[in-house]
Amino acid sequence: MSAHAVPADAPPLLQQLSLSGSGASWIKAARQSARARLMAQGLPSKRDEYWKFTDPAPFLAKPAPGTFDLQTEGQYQPGQGITLPITGGVFDNPTTDVPEGIEFLPLSQVQGMDIHWSTELFGVLENRGQAVVPRPLASLNTAFATEGAVLRVTKDVSAPIVLLYQQTEGGPEPILHHLIRVEPGAKVTLVEVGCAGARSNIVMEVDVADGGSFDHVRVQESDALHVTHSFARLGQEASYKSFTLSAKGQMTRNEHVVEFTGDHAVAHVAGAVLAGGAFHHDDTVFITHDAAHCESRQVFKKVLKDTATGVFQGKILVKPDAQKTDGYQISQSLLLDDQAQFLAKPELEIYADDVACSHGSTTGALDPEALFYLCSRGVPKPLATNMLVLSFLAEAVAEVAQEDMRQSLMDHLERLLSSDVR
Amino acid sequence: MLEIKNLHVKLEEEDKDILKGVDLKIKAGAVHAIMGPNGSGKSTLSYVLSGKEGYEVTEGSMQLEGADLLEMEPEERAAVGLFLAFQYPVEIPGVGNMTFLRTAVNAQRKVRGEAELSAAEFLKVVRERAKALRIDADMLKRPVNVGFSGGEKKRNEILQMAMLEPKMCILDETDSGLDVDAMKLVSEGVNALRSEGRSFLVITHYQRLLDHIIPDVVHIMADGRIVKTGGPELAREVEQNGYGDLLQHEVA
Repeated sequence: MSAHAVPADAPPLLQQLSLSGSGASWIKAARQSARARLMAQGLPSKRDEYWKFTDPAPFLAKPAPGTFDLQTEGQYQPGQGITLPITGGVFDNPTTDVPEGIEFLPLSQVQGMDIHWSTELFGVLENRGQAVVPRPLASLNTAFATEGAVLRVTKDVSAPIVLLYQQTEGGPEPILHHLIRVEPGAKVTLVEVGCAGARSNIVMEVDVADGGSFDHVRVQESDALHVTHSFARLGQEASYKSFTLSAKGQMTRNEHVVEFTGDHAVAHVAGAVLAGGAFHHDDTVFITHDAAHCESRQVFKKVLKDTATGVFQGKILVKPDAQKTDGYQISQSLLLDDQAQFLAKPELEIYADDVACSHGSTTGALDPEALFYLCSRGVPKPLATNMLVLSFLAEAVAEVAQEDMRQSLMDHLERLLSSDVR
Repeated sequence: MLEIKNLHVKLEEEDKDILKGVDLKIKAGAVHAIMGPNGSGKSTLSYVLSGKEGYEVTEGSMQLEGADLLEMEPEERAAVGLFLAFQYPVEIPGVGNMTFLRTAVNAQRKVRGEAELSAAEFLKVVRERAKALRIDADMLKRPVNVGFSGGEKKRNEILQMAMLEPKMCILDETDSGLDVDAMKLVSEGVNALRSEGRSFLVITHYQRLLDHIIPDVVHIMADGRIVKTGGPELAREVEQNGYGDLLQHEVA
């Protein structure tokens, strides 16, 4: 079989994808190995335990199901930072000036280079993240992605780097693969906004070296299908904080795979979800503690109305040497309609004996006492409902490290809520 | 101001009458007190007036300045000038006290066709009125009632009353859980709001609150009805002899 051929019996989705023939030998090898991984895993189906709450069919169907709204008006504006626009899956301006302390190249350029730091990262963390649970859609991404941001951070960079996704009418379904290396003691904030396409598959591999810090804020608010995987590896005293706001959409699966390899590191993964219609939103998190004195924290809050479904699968794996691990996980949902549902699977797997791990999950309706209290003061019921919804989501937004961004996200949520008064 | 006629109320989920024909008429500027033993229906009356869910009015009417309260949602009742100071104010994490108050004030102003207060205008007024109730800046900033002591919660209720400037104020056991100093502070807050155009219905189990907020009329409520009406001396009678004597006397 030729290296680029797709087997005749492969699913239709794969038939239409072919491995890129361009690029240096290292990336060709990484792609072939990812494709082999994918073929061995097979595409996901809802019969898989890892997909039991989310039927992956819409991610795999050809063509993508449903209609798609190109509307971008009123979308979240991060306010400040260096914006790198990606339109139709390609960087608009690959030579954008970035601040001192950042090296930026598009993957489409890096792939042709024989020598580059990213050769040691591309597909590497993704592959490590497959060890316990297969993640075929991430394998697929590594095999077929030809674009993405390749960022190396060498200093404490204060201005956020903003990846602004824009898509074109009838445009491609982008497969983007970002590579981020935060060098020892360096610090950066990465923001993802906008919509890459009607259906997108985005992988981010983040390697945070000793004492490095990576903050991530993502806003997904288009009527689209999203599959994302964030693979992070944290060195000693490294910090990784990721927050995602999801509002609107058809189906979204956001996976986080975090691995502690150095002591005293911190990882916070949080999400606020505002889902209506038939939106199906899935957060799947897998945190591996393989070093001592590390702290991991998962905070997910979902507001579900109409027939929306919220899913949370969160796992903390503590290996035998990961003593003094502090692991925390909370997932909560607010169901605003009888037909909305929340499915949660919290898991702890602990092999070390001196750890503090806890998890909790709640599902509930709006507190009628609180609602009456607000209304009795003259606040109209829809506004009172929004106030309570906002306060519920505020606990997840509070996980965002930067105060100005916390505030702008809360303001944005307030706008989203008031434009959609029930 | 407020006119309640032959009000019968039962719990939605239970076939048991709690109010069995309450008649009450409060004139503008008057302060009425309702006293009564536990379970007499005092708090139910306050909830039904303010529109809490879970109760069903089976008979009778209640009107505020001629407007039919039964036809209104709780927020509409608030907008026409009804205010309930809760016995147990609800804690609402994540909603700032100031944000809440300003939203409420402006929502009511909007309904009445008045211009909304800007943040600066609002802040000026709220600071002044909070000061009189010894509510500090920290309490204003905190989430609604979260981490407030019993006394702080009640003072916060009175602050809301002072900001919303209602016509008909219902105080549901505002004295419960208050020490003497706190009761004095709260009473002063209430007395400062007494005016010709504003009426009060003070619901209390004990007479001591009525030493500070002197009522014009005192009603005794028992078993879902108002069984006796008199002047402030009626409250003192209860204090001396308890409800038992009084009610037996009524029945006999």
